[in-house]
Amino acid sequence: MKKLLSIFAVVAFAFSAHAGTLDDVKNRGFLKCGVTTGLAGFAAPDDSGEWAGLDADMCRAVAVAVFGDRSKVEFITTTGKSRFPTLASGEVDMLARNTTWTISRDVNLGFEFVGVNFYDGQGFMIPSALGVSSATELDGATVCIQTGTTTELNLADFFRLNGISYEALPIETNDEGKENLFAGRCDVYTTDASGLSSTRAAASNPDKWVVLPEIISKEPLGPLVRHGDHQWGDVVRWSLNAMIIAEELGVTSENVDAQLGSNVPEVLRLLGVEGSYGEMLELAPDWAYQIIKQIGNYSESYEANVGPDTPLEIARGLNALWTQGGILYAPPFR
Amino acid sequence: MNEKIESRKPPVATTGIIGWLRINLFFNWTNSLITIFVIYCLYQFVPWILDWTLFSADFKYNYLGQQITNQEMCSRNLDPENGGACWAVIYVRFYQFIYGFYPREEVWRVNISYVMLAIALLPLLITKLPYRKIFLNFTYIFPIIAYFLLNGGFGLPDISTNKWGGLLVTLVLGCTGIALAFPIGVLLALGRRSKLPVISMMCVLFIEFIRGVPLITLLFFGMVMLPLFLPEGIDMDGLVRVLVAVTLFQSAYMAEVIRGGLQAIPTGQYEAARSLGMSYWRMNFQIILPQAIRISIPPIVNTSIGLFKDTTLVIIVGLLDLLGIGRGTLADTNWLGLSYEIYFFVSLVFFIFTFGMSRYSLYLEKKLKTGINMGAD
Repeated sequence: MKKLLSIFAVVAFAFSAHAGTLDDVKNRGFLKCGVTTGLAGFAAPDDSGEWAGLDADMCRAVAVAVFGDRSKVEFITTTGKSRFPTLASGEVDMLARNTTWTISRDVNLGFEFVGVNFYDGQGFMIPSALGVSSATELDGATVCIQTGTTTELNLADFFRLNGISYEALPIETNDEGKENLFAGRCDVYTTDASGLSSTRAAASNPDKWVVLPEIISKEPLGPLVRHGDHQWGDVVRWSLNAMIIAEELGVTSENVDAQLGSNVPEVLRLLGVEGSYGEMLELAPDWAYQIIKQIGNYSESYEANVGPDTPLEIARGLNALWTQGGILYAPPFR
Repeated sequence: MNEKIESRKPPVATTGIIGWLRINLFFNWTNSLITIFVIYCLYQFVPWILDWTLFSADFKYNYLGQQITNQEMCSRNLDPENGGACWAVIYVRFYQFIYGFYPREEVWRVNISYVMLAIALLPLLITKLPYRKIFLNFTYIFPIIAYFLLNGGFGLPDISTNKWGGLLVTLVLGCTGIALAFPIGVLLALGRRSKLPVISMMCVLFIEFIRGVPLITLLFFGMVMLPLFLPEGIDMDGLVRVLVAVTLFQSAYMAEVIRGGLQAIPTGQYEAARSLGMSYWRMNFQIILPQAIRISIPPIVNTSIGLFKDTTLVIIVGLLDLLGIGRGTLADTNWLGLSYEIYFFVSLVFFIFTFGMSRYSLYLEKKLKTGINMGAD
């Protein structure tokens, strides 16, 4: 099935490969951005029907960069299976759909990952009553695991490496895993850490559950575009980087106007006061200023959607700036 | 001996409530045991479900009298002793459940379409409706009006189907699928029984191919492959692609259902029609099909209900139908963990529609007396 899909993707790509996504988007008047059908903290419709979340902010940031208007974006919902064909056939201009950057997706499927907007990884959640503080103490545990996913293979590797045994309880969906864990049919539920956080937040008493500190896989999630249109790839890449750099420089949506008179050269370059970086990207000179003004920097987006003050309570961890113990790093704005 | 004997009343044990109870609920000891068991189960279940759904439930305000805007304010999350369902999530999200992301200033168009759908169904549901002919004409043109009304045109701004969602998508898919599949199904059924080999082979191939693959595969086919067959530049709408897949799927099943009806018609009916000099089409449309469809009503409704429920599969291709909106709501950090309420509501809506359809089919069967012996009618 996967192979078949990738063939479709390549064929679709061959049919629709024409340069100038940026021009297409400008002519159309709005951005088409592929998101999930709903994932807590990443993309979900709010009460008024507006899409909100870390990935939704990524889409809006690109819309702001191109049009200077955060509302000039149409969200196209995609599932794990339909996302790649949708992007390849040109139905969306970009995907921001918590998609893990892997070599086969980057190379074989003909996509270009332009960066990472969330570093995720597979983790474990257990009832706090179990009294376990590390995943290596889980010998003999029953583990709820989604079948047919990379998490299943990672789990087997992890337990084999640590020389401990487990019993797998195969499940199909996240909901099923949640119900089984809450009903006590399995001792451990394993999936991506962000998914565990939302599962925990959905529990009637979140304090009864803990997410163990071990992260056993790399899941860098990021926005992606089609191969072969580097100009458009650059626009998306630097929209993300602008948000990260803004955090590094301490520019927020609140102080961005005051920062226009800053004496830090990189701030002035970022906000378009100096240099002609907008022109290089074929965007307005103040494109990054508008992103920060209308969306905020990376930290603001993170805190509003998935941070410790939200029900998801995901600590910055790996997603902190490289200067603050994380690995979030953007090339210099120069 | 002309004494008049008063007619005696029947024994108490066989009439009235007691008689009914004896015959229906306590006829013999197994019957009585089952009755008692069922009453016990109802006694356990009904008070609890009523309490959860109604008496202890929050509708708009929690037990402290605050208006609920997120799941933490639900009574059962504030105090587990003090609350049942938290229907506030449905209240707050009602617009999305019914209209999806349709712009609020244009929502009157959807409302009018819903009302017109009800009017269009009237002549089909009530045979004694006054001016039924005029209403029927409206029913035939309703799909065209609804298309322009919902989609845009004639001065109305275009609303991309990407913004449609919730019950609107469910109804559009269900109604269009059922309405289009019926005539196509009839033609396929006739084609499969045709004596012309090319036509019958093509119909058999089509039906067997479609029935041989799951609906999900067809949906994917519609979503991913269909655009490849179209000339470049023609952008087929996502909803239309799904509609094509759903209609193909449903028409194949409908064809087989109707073929079942056709096979039940005695050869004598064909011969009688032929001997009157009727043409093939006249014979089928005036003699054979009215009888065949009449006996096929239960399976026709059966597959239609099946299709209506299968429309929830469109979430796989990224369309948010009623269930999809429910899942999207569950992914909103404000409403995490309210899955019981949302799934209960969605299943209730589906139940209302499917139960209505099955009642309608019972009514039709009664009206058309489908149970009769065909030949002797």
